[in-house]
Amino acid sequence: MQRTAPRRKRFPWHILIFLAPAVFIYTLVMIYPLIDSLRLSFFAPNAEGQSTFVGLANYQRLLTDSNFAPRFWGALRNNFVFFLIHMFVQNPIGLFLAALLSSRFVRGRAIYRTLIFTPTILSVVLVGFIWQLILSPLWGIADSLLRPFGLKTLPYLGLETHALPVLSLVSVWQWVGLPMMLFLAALISIPDELIEAARVDGATGWGVFMRIKLPLILPTVGIVAVLTFVGNFNAFDLIYTTQKALAGPNFSTDILGTFFYRTFFGVQLQLGNPTMGATVAAMMLLIILGGVLFYLFAFQRRLLRLEVQL
Amino acid sequence: MCATRHIPRHVPRRVNFVVLLQQIGIHAALLTYTVIATFPIVLIVINSFKTRRAIFGQPFYIALPGDRLFSTVGYDTVFKNANFGQYFANSIFVTVVSLVLVLFLATMAAFALAEYRFPGNLFLGLYLSLGIMVPIRLGTVSILNLVKSLGLIDTLWALILVYTAQGLPLAVFVLTQFFRQIPKELKDAARIDGASEYRIYALTLPLVRPAIGTVAIFNMIPMWNDLWFPLILAPSEANKTVTLGSQVFIGQFVNDWNAVLSSLTLAMLPVVILYLIFSRQLIRGLTAGAVK
Repeated sequence: MQRTAPRRKRFPWHILIFLAPAVFIYTLVMIYPLIDSLRLSFFAPNAEGQSTFVGLANYQRLLTDSNFAPRFWGALRNNFVFFLIHMFVQNPIGLFLAALLSSRFVRGRAIYRTLIFTPTILSVVLVGFIWQLILSPLWGIADSLLRPFGLKTLPYLGLETHALPVLSLVSVWQWVGLPMMLFLAALISIPDELIEAARVDGATGWGVFMRIKLPLILPTVGIVAVLTFVGNFNAFDLIYTTQKALAGPNFSTDILGTFFYRTFFGVQLQLGNPTMGATVAAMMLLIILGGVLFYLFAFQRRLLRLEVQL
Repeated sequence: MCATRHIPRHVPRRVNFVVLLQQIGIHAALLTYTVIATFPIVLIVINSFKTRRAIFGQPFYIALPGDRLFSTVGYDTVFKNANFGQYFANSIFVTVVSLVLVLFLATMAAFALAEYRFPGNLFLGLYLSLGIMVPIRLGTVSILNLVKSLGLIDTLWALILVYTAQGLPLAVFVLTQFFRQIPKELKDAARIDGASEYRIYALTLPLVRPAIGTVAIFNMIPMWNDLWFPLILAPSEANKTVTLGSQVFIGQFVNDWNAVLSSLTLAMLPVVILYLIFSRQLIRGLTAGAVK
C-alpha cells in the first residue's frame, strides 16, 4: 500500500534565527533579572549567611521596621510630591508651549522648538550641577535674577522645606521639552477643516482650543501622564548628583530611587543589603505597574466610551 | 502663504491689528521660555572662559580671547587631572556598540514579527513590548549577580549588554509598525526571483531607514546620559563613561569654580553641538506619525 504521507512543511528555521538573538538577550538581561529580583525579595541570609526563604518577612520589615519604614514612607511621600509637581507644572507648560508652537502664523517655530528642547538631551548629572551652581549663594546668580522681583534668595538646596520643590522644578526645566513635543505632534495632526469649520461658526481661539483641540489630544494627555509617572517613580540621578546618596538635608529629597540605591549598596555606616534592595525594587515595580494599569483601565476605557458616544 | 487664502478680502483693519497683537504675544511668550531654557547653559559656557574673579564679579559678561578677563585656567586643571579623553572614548564605544546591536537585533526581530504568521507571533510581540513600560533599573540586584557570574563586572561589556536589552523593546515595537507598511508585492517579487528570506530582510532594510534613524537617536541619548549602570556595573577609573566621569570629577573639585565650569562645558558642548546639527531628524522622529 502506498502511503500518502502529508507533505511535511520544512521547519521555518529562518523565523527562529531572526527572533532568537533579540528574545534571548531581552530575556536574559531584562526579564530574568526582574523575575529573579522578585524572587530574592522573599529570601534573606540566615545566621550562617545562607539564603533562606522567609516569605513576606522582608516586606513586613520594609513597611514596619523602624530602620526601614520611616525612610520608605518618606521616600514614597516625596516621590508623590515630585510626581505631582511634574504633572501640574511640567505638563501644562508643555501643552501651553505646544499650543503656541502649533499656530502656523508664527515665524521661527523650528528655532524656538529646537532651543526649548535643548535641556532635555543633556544628562541629568550635568543639569544637576548647572543648577547647583546657579542656585549657589556663593555665586549669587539666583540673587541677582530674583532681586528685581523683590524676592530674597535662600540656600534652596540646603533647606528641608525648599530642596524637594526646587529640585522638582529643576527636573521640570529639563524635561518640559518631551510633553511639548508629544502635544505638538498631536496638535498638528488635527485636520485644518475641523478648526476652519469651528471658526466659521464663530468660535474664538480659546473656544477652539477647549472644545476641539483638547478633546482630540486627550489620548496624548494620557500617554504623557503615564510616561511622567513611570519616569518620576524611577528617578535617581538628579537627587544623587545634587544631594548625594543620603538625599539631604535630613532625607527631605529622598525618593524611591535613592532609597533603593542606599538599601542595596549601603552608604557610609549602613551596610548594603541585596535582599532588602530587591524588596524595595519589587515595591517600586508594584507602584509603577499600578500606575500603568490605572492608565490602561481608567483612561483607555473612558476614551473608548467617548469614541462610542461620538 | 497658503494661510492667507482663507482670510476673506473684506477683513476690517481692526482684525488685522488683533492678529498682530496676538503675534506679538505669542512671540513674547516663546522668547521668554526660550531664554529660560537656554540661559543657564549659556551662563556656564561663558563663565568657563573667565578668570575666577570675573566669574564672581561679572557673571553675565562675555570674555572673548584677548580680553583682560579671559582665562582658560579651568581647562588646564581639567586636562591635567581628569581623563576626559578616556571617558569620551568609553562612552563612544559603549554607545556605538550597543546601538549597532540594538538596531541589528531589533530589525531582525521586527521583520520576523511583521512578515510571518506563526503560532505565538502575537504573544511574542506582547512579551517583547513589556519592557517599554517596566524600567530595567528595577532588576539591578539580579543584573549585578548576572554580570558577576558572566565575569563581566567592571567592564564596558556589562553596560553594552544592559543597554542592548533596554533598547530592544521600544525598537522592536516601532520597527514592526514600519515593516508592516512595506508592500507585499515587493517581497513576493523577490521570492519569485529565488531570494532567500535573509536576502529579503536585507532588501527591506533601506525601506525602513527613516525609522531606523529615529530609533537610533532615541536609544543614543539615554545610553550616553545614563548614570545608574556605570555607577554600579563599571565604576573603575579606566571604565568610566563621560556621565559618571563628570559626576565624580565635578564632585571632587567643588571649590575650584574654573575647573567645575570647564568640565561641565566639556561634557556638554559635544552633545549640544551634535544635537543642533541633527535636531531636524530628532524632532521629525518625535513628531513622526503625526505628519504623514
